[in-house]
Amino acid sequence: MKLLFYYLVFPGFLFASVIGLLTVWLDRKVSARVQWRYGPPWYQGFADIGKLLYKEVIIPEEAFGSGFIAAPLFGLASVTLAITILCVSFFGISEGFIGDIIVVWYLFAIPAIALIYIGSTSGNPLSSVGVSREIKLLLSYDLPMVIVIVIMASKAGTFSIKGIMEWQMVNGSNISNWYGIIAFVVAIFCVQAKLGRVPFDLAEAETELGSGILLELSGGVLAAYELSKAMMLFGLPMFLIILFWGKGIVGGVLMYLLIIVLLVLIKNTNPRVRIDHAMRFFWGWMSGAAVLAAILAHLGA
Amino acid sequence: MNILKKSFKKSIWVFHLSTAACNNCDIEVLELLTPRYDVERFGIKLVGSPRHADALLVCGAVNAHAKPRFLEVYRQTPKPCLVVAFGSCGCSSGIFRDSYSIVGPVDKVLKEEDPDAKIVYIPGCPPKPEAMIEGIIKGLEVI
Repeated sequence: MKLLFYYLVFPGFLFASVIGLLTVWLDRKVSARVQWRYGPPWYQGFADIGKLLYKEVIIPEEAFGSGFIAAPLFGLASVTLAITILCVSFFGISEGFIGDIIVVWYLFAIPAIALIYIGSTSGNPLSSVGVSREIKLLLSYDLPMVIVIVIMASKAGTFSIKGIMEWQMVNGSNISNWYGIIAFVVAIFCVQAKLGRVPFDLAEAETELGSGILLELSGGVLAAYELSKAMMLFGLPMFLIILFWGKGIVGGVLMYLLIIVLLVLIKNTNPRVRIDHAMRFFWGWMSGAAVLAAILAHLGA
Repeated sequence: MNILKKSFKKSIWVFHLSTAACNNCDIEVLELLTPRYDVERFGIKLVGSPRHADALLVCGAVNAHAKPRFLEVYRQTPKPCLVVAFGSCGCSSGIFRDSYSIVGPVDKVLKEEDPDAKIVYIPGCPPKPEAMIEGIIKGLEVI
């Protein structure tokens, strides 16, 4: 019963979706202000989801019907689970378990896999182009991010979220060291790619592929996807806060706003990159920087 | 159900469709996204796929070549959806009315496919941005 409450209300589904949708508004509002526009009202994210639920769901003839509907819900459920595991440790509700940071990172990968499944089952050629890009992107940002996670875990000597946070409370935040700063830059770019935002929005390139991987989604199916994306916008910065900051709720909120502002600025100052550029960027520059951070961390800088 | 219906009015995603237009209306549509008129204030945004659309913005007198494509896109759009007949040509075929290739204004073509289609007319050559915003807001009352 208690677990169900954690999963569905706080800090799971309800809490995360409300915060996530407000963050979506913040993102759109700040982007609008950057472009000298006024921007949408605060309830825009909620209105979009409500509207999509009101609309008809069209399942393409070529699509595998039940999978087409189930996949986004699957993604939504796993994002909720990941956020619940993260926040339960962050707010000190429970102790967590050994290795939960790995579990969380791979639960965050499931929405992307669900999306790949929908895109390839929808039978649209533009979607399949998006699918191939999404797979390559998933492979490319995973390597530097896993290196970053391993650095933080080896510093703290444990793979549990609680352990990493406690180590930072005693020895100072990871971001206050050189290796932490380099790793943070790497992690910000990985999160940007994981959220599928500009400059790494290749899979759903709106002007190029006509929404690509999402092209055939409509109504409630699209709503489930949008909601899981909004929750990722809450969950992934939370993940970075635990890896790099790890102290208290007030500092956590400030750090959260800082990360969101960084993500919005990256989005507004960059054009969309090509897939080969993105792969070279992650496997070359970002992995190199992550390895450098690992060496620095080992030397104790 | 009521709250979902209300949220519909606060979030209109528009798919822009050109059916043999002279391109002038297409250019004017982009003005709505600029800082001066900024329709994102009302939750209106342009989307890349008719599957996501709540309103089809149809520019141009429909010709024989564009007709089946237009109807195909209309069938692909999830209902309820609003069709906006945009500009003089969209409303009445304009100066191309008696041309050999024109099969009719937007409403005539659409009524053949779906007699209950909800259509809004925004006249003008091209319409002013203020007129476009007012037209879409009025169209929401139809739905």
